[in-house]
Amino acid sequence: MTDAVALVPLFPLLAVLVNLFIGKRLSKKAVGILACGAVGASLGASVLAVAGLMAMEVGHRSVEVILFPWIVSGGFQVPIGFLLDPLSAVMILVVTGVGFLIHVYSTGYMHEDAGFARYFLFLNLFVFAMLLLVLGNSYLLLFIGWEGVGLCSYLLIGFWFTKDSASDAGKKAFIVNRVGDFGFILGMLLIVYHFGTLHYGQVFARAPELFHAGDLPMVLITALLFVGAMGKSAQLPLHVWLPDAMEGPTPVSALIHAATMVTAGVYMVCRSSALYELAPVILSLVAVIGCLTAFFAGTIALVQNDIKRVLAYSTVSQLGYMFLAAGVGAYVAAIFHLVTHAFFKALLFLGSGSVIHALHEEQDIRKMGGLKKYMPTTHRTFVIGSLAIAGIPPLAGFMSKDEILYEVFNAGKGTGWVLLWIGGIVTALMTAFYMFRLVYLTFYGESRMDEEVEKHVHESPPPITVPLTILAVLSAVGGFLGIPVIKKWNIMHNWLGEAFHAAAEHTTEAATHAASAVSHLTVELGLMTVSVVVAVSGILIARTIILRRPALAEKMRNDYSFLYSLFLNKWWVDELYDLTIVNPLKRFADMCWSVFDVKGIDGTVNGTAKVANVSGGVLRKLQTGFVQNYALGIVIGLALMLVLAFF
Amino acid sequence: MITLTHYLVLGAIVFLIGIMGVLLRRNVIIILLSIELMLNAVNINMVAFSDYLQNMSGQVFVFFIMTVAAAEAAIGLAIVVVLFRNRETIDVDRINVMRW
Amino acid sequence: MGLQSFLFYYFAIVIIATAALTVSRRNPIHSVMFLVPCFIHTAGLFLLLGAEFLAAIQVLVYTGAIMVLYLFVVFLLDLPSFRIKKITHQQTPLAVLAGLVLVVQIIVLTVVAVFPRPAAEVKAPYFLGNTEAVGASLYTTFLFPFELASLVLLVAIFGAVVLARRERGEELP
Repeated sequence: MTDAVALVPLFPLLAVLVNLFIGKRLSKKAVGILACGAVGASLGASVLAVAGLMAMEVGHRSVEVILFPWIVSGGFQVPIGFLLDPLSAVMILVVTGVGFLIHVYSTGYMHEDAGFARYFLFLNLFVFAMLLLVLGNSYLLLFIGWEGVGLCSYLLIGFWFTKDSASDAGKKAFIVNRVGDFGFILGMLLIVYHFGTLHYGQVFARAPELFHAGDLPMVLITALLFVGAMGKSAQLPLHVWLPDAMEGPTPVSALIHAATMVTAGVYMVCRSSALYELAPVILSLVAVIGCLTAFFAGTIALVQNDIKRVLAYSTVSQLGYMFLAAGVGAYVAAIFHLVTHAFFKALLFLGSGSVIHALHEEQDIRKMGGLKKYMPTTHRTFVIGSLAIAGIPPLAGFMSKDEILYEVFNAGKGTGWVLLWIGGIVTALMTAFYMFRLVYLTFYGESRMDEEVEKHVHESPPPITVPLTILAVLSAVGGFLGIPVIKKWNIMHNWLGEAFHAAAEHTTEAATHAASAVSHLTVELGLMTVSVVVAVSGILIARTIILRRPALAEKMRNDYSFLYSLFLNKWWVDELYDLTIVNPLKRFADMCWSVFDVKGIDGTVNGTAKVANVSGGVLRKLQTGFVQNYALGIVIGLALMLVLAFF
Repeated sequence: MITLTHYLVLGAIVFLIGIMGVLLRRNVIIILLSIELMLNAVNINMVAFSDYLQNMSGQVFVFFIMTVAAAEAAIGLAIVVVLFRNRETIDVDRINVMRW
Repeated sequence: MGLQSFLFYYFAIVIIATAALTVSRRNPIHSVMFLVPCFIHTAGLFLLLGAEFLAAIQVLVYTGAIMVLYLFVVFLLDLPSFRIKKITHQQTPLAVLAGLVLVVQIIVLTVVAVFPRPAAEVKAPYFLGNTEAVGASLYTTFLFPFELASLVLLVAIFGAVVLARRERGEELP
């Protein structure tokens, strides 16, 4: 049954090929069925394969399916092969599951769009690349998927390419990702250099034999790989592309820029846990970067007015949580949060898409309000998603976020780690606040819509509401995959535990360390209480400021005008980059163009042409066209030759 | 005593006259006649050498040269006819379409 | 001065004189008419050198056929009435200079040069009789070029016909 894993990426690829060649001639209905069917079939294959994997003995749940040799170069070989283990099993289920729902949603959302077939072509290609990314059995296959999803991301952000902002955002995403990918490639080359292979199993097996913790090669490799992850998963300082990526269609934002692609960095770090365990410095760096990103993006999300931008910064923030977890060695918690985040963030994005659609492409939350009565289903599901991300028990977000905070608190490496925990808690407070600010501004209070728009507001059709409902259910109960406290019932831990056995020792060690001071259970319950209190107070603050006393919001805006404009302008990071990197590069490029290209290259080319032209102008005078001139030339030549030969 | 050199000098003089005709005259017909003269000068040399070397090859070559001269005259005159028909001139200085 | 010398000088002087007249006449008919004695005297020179066959050919082909062809064309085009104002070309001085240099070079070279005599034994077949000797040489050693010459003449015929033919409906100038 596990062999079905080979079929998982096949279906989307087939759909891509069909769509590529005859997609334009198919009806929208046929394209929709084709695309959804392919991902659905993929989902079925995934379930089958994972069921097969579950039937296997604990501790040996790892299947490699080698399809064919790809690169064979002496001792260096890369076959096309898939690795199915608990980690990739979770990932393919998330990708195909959430992907399927978003495909269905897209058939409703994109129905009026002229580029319907093109959209689904890209979307299926994305699913294929993403599956290749998570299923590949070597870093090279991961990298191919990595670049593939990057390409699809670029294509889909710039889907409405006639809009300048959209094509600019696409380019920005692509270019910023190149920075990260550069690190990733260097990391891969270092792996090849030190291990002679890119195969996961071989690399991870040899790493502890060849290197000690903290050895320079390990530090370099993991640092470079993390640079790649920073680019793909929008971590500081490479986060700038993700908010702009919201120019793409909303389902794309949900699938690529919330649920799946941006988590590829987290997946990669977790997959490489065996390497990261050998580089504690970098692991700490991962945690710090994650925490900073979570906090930083949270502050921005507090004041944004574009519904999708709030969600985008929220995504960056949540990705920060995942890296924070991975950084303290809690890979299971990171993946757990990845899964629950995929549920509720996809839900929130799809819900926002439903709202935007109903309001005729209006994205400014200042022009919304009171939508509750018009869009009951969207409202209900959106609130569930918001509660989940805010961390209200027993919804999914509470479970996973609380686990992360618990692990951070327990990592116990001194006061620095307490700061990380505090950062996490503060971010949790902000998360609750900005999410409910969004909810209250969108669905509650007085309507601030244009009258014309308000007249046409309606609930979305079933292809949109059904996926919303399913995702709402998943967001609500998804957390039970990782029930805290009672370890025996924690499916996530038991399932993923073996994937991170190297890391497991690490956490156990830390756990025992913490346990020596305070009782395990007490800490866990205590932290839980703190989390809940923080989440609830965040929601209450939002309620007070937004709904009850709007004047207070105005007053705060004036009193802390510096902070407000700092957050509103995203800490001026874009401006900083423009100033320090983009503009100097532009000037450099301009200089290359005006000096090197125009004067150097064009000058040489034009100079050559000019030489030919001038000498031709002189020489053509010889070609008089009079036969007798030529005859005279022959005679003179003959005389000269005789002189040379005989005189 | 008439030696080979006499013939050769005679050939050279006739050849020069031919060259002068080609280089100086503007009438196409006369240029063609001058070419015949130059061929004739070559023929004189050929036969003189044939006699001097007691070898028939020289005379056979003259035979071939005459063949080529006949062909050349036929083609050359045809061209002159066509040229005159189209351009109304046999002045080579006015035949300069090939000029830059 | 023996007969041979006398004949040579007679032929040479007539050839040079008629050649010079050919080149210098304004009227093309005169030019053609002067070229005829030039060729006939060349044939005499050939006789003097023992090449009877070539002498006959010279008179028959050159004088009889080619010159007549020239005359026909001149008459056909009514060239005598067609006057070119200037006889000579603008490159005259340079051309005269180059030509003089060339002829001086050639004469100096021919006078100075020493030509080797062939071995005596090749003389034998030469005295078979000139026409026989030419024929023997032409149909053995030079058979292939001989056939090729016929091809050249054929092509010349085609070429002349194709060039000079009027397209159907084309008016006379």
